[in-house]
Amino acid sequence: MKLEPLGDSAVLATLEAGNGGASLARVLSFAEAVVAAKRPGITDVVPAYGTVAAFYDPSRFTEALGDAYGEVCRFLESCAGRPGAAGPAPAGRLLEVPVCYGGIHGPDLERVAELCKVSAGEAASLHAGAEYLVHAIGFTPGFPYLGGLPEALRAPRRDTPRAHVPAGSVAIGGSQTGVYPVDSPGGWQIIGRTPMALFRPAETPAALLRPGDRVRFRAISPQDFSSWT
Amino acid sequence: MDVSVVRAGMQTTVQDLGRRGHLAEGVPAGGAADPFALRVANLLVGNAEDLPALEVTLIGPELEFAEAAWIAVCGARFENVPAWRPVRVEAGGRIRFGKRLQGCRAYLSIAGGFDVEPVMGGRGTLLSAGIGGFQGRALRDLDVLRSVRSERNLSGHWSIDERVLPHYSPEPTVRVIPGAHAEEFGEALYTGRFGVCARSNRMGIRLEGPRLARAGSGDLVSTAVAPGTIQVPPDGNPIVLMVDAQTLGGYPRVGHVASVDFPLLAQLAPGDGVRFSRTTVGEAHALARALEHRIALLHQGLSEKVRSR
Repeated sequence: MKLEPLGDSAVLATLEAGNGGASLARVLSFAEAVVAAKRPGITDVVPAYGTVAAFYDPSRFTEALGDAYGEVCRFLESCAGRPGAAGPAPAGRLLEVPVCYGGIHGPDLERVAELCKVSAGEAASLHAGAEYLVHAIGFTPGFPYLGGLPEALRAPRRDTPRAHVPAGSVAIGGSQTGVYPVDSPGGWQIIGRTPMALFRPAETPAALLRPGDRVRFRAISPQDFSSWT
Repeated sequence: MDVSVVRAGMQTTVQDLGRRGHLAEGVPAGGAADPFALRVANLLVGNAEDLPALEVTLIGPELEFAEAAWIAVCGARFENVPAWRPVRVEAGGRIRFGKRLQGCRAYLSIAGGFDVEPVMGGRGTLLSAGIGGFQGRALRDLDVLRSVRSERNLSGHWSIDERVLPHYSPEPTVRVIPGAHAEEFGEALYTGRFGVCARSNRMGIRLEGPRLARAGSGDLVSTAVAPGTIQVPPDGNPIVLMVDAQTLGGYPRVGHVASVDFPLLAQLAPGDGVRFSRTTVGEAHALARALEHRIALLHQGLSEKVRSR
């Protein structure tokens, strides 16, 4: 495990890389071990792509005055040594997300289909036919970075990002796909839109998805989209 | 007690000291961009230091107070608004922010604090998600805010000793802990002045200056980033992430601004400039402890002058 300061209030742990980096399962079980230790002063634990960041309040790490960073690092190393830290990650759930592909809800579907040399209908079927894995949550509240996009659907980001992407937009960016949970700017190709809320601030947790979850998309009609409650 | 928004100003939001524990859901901590000014504004009117106050940006609001109240304005300086001391507003009285004199963001506290519901453990406005603060958005003309009724006894005419303030400046030097990719950028970050672009906001300060050319190449995987992280996109113009920044980032990290200097960043207005100097995590923590000590002394001094009734 490699540790580096992410400023004066966070430590970034990069887990030992096999080919192509530590597996999602290892990252999640380590993150889980850090959270489970319930160390006072650790405020946030953020897993993503082979790394786990631990945010801390330096005033709570005072064992050796003047070395809060070292104390946090030793804590993280102790978590890595805990039984279960390298074990299986908490089992992810499988969620089905309804999507209305193309038309006004997916203004880039035709373009993606053209780039991938398939019809728009085939592009939508390919997207809905795969199972995806949530690798990370970020960018905007609740935004899932999904791995598992069929190779035939890989499409570059737009040259000019949109200033406004409506909440619910389902998009492709390179080899990943994702869903914009809130209105935001965005540079990915928008192929459809879900009426499902992926960010629900009144609920706990507010983000519908978490890393390790699996997602399947199901095509719905514009009528189903409009009448969804 | 009602506080009516006669004119909202450019971007006036309710902010506190931010929410913790939701970064893994993609929700930034948010809160006051200049936490020092917000804390002191609260202490000056006898509040706990984390109560919600108004964050005023570049062009200030005009507010009308239905009843007499104690308020304080700290941070950026504006004409017509006395700064860094408690101000008594009479019933029906107005506070009108005039021309901006220095800085970017001012914090207006009111005795008792503004009355807004917590969302995800914070009362601050997160504009990108439309949550928290006043209806999840910046104030508009004719909004009516509510403050928690509270009585205060403030004695004498005084203002705080300005020596306790951060070294606010339109050309500050801020301290940086080198980041994971610092070596790939050499000395460029530390050799010149960077100008603040107009597109800067609570998510990030966009800078233009000496171009930061990366010796390495290749895409990086996205990792967590933090307020203060200095990212360098391919165009070589650094972006300093601020309190509302996205929680993950995939650009090289040349460094991270020490927390103690966040107030200096928060007060940078478009056209201002900034320079960077190197520090270490240990030094940054020592500086943060010294700052907490100054605030504790201030709190102690104020408790004799400000009493809740």
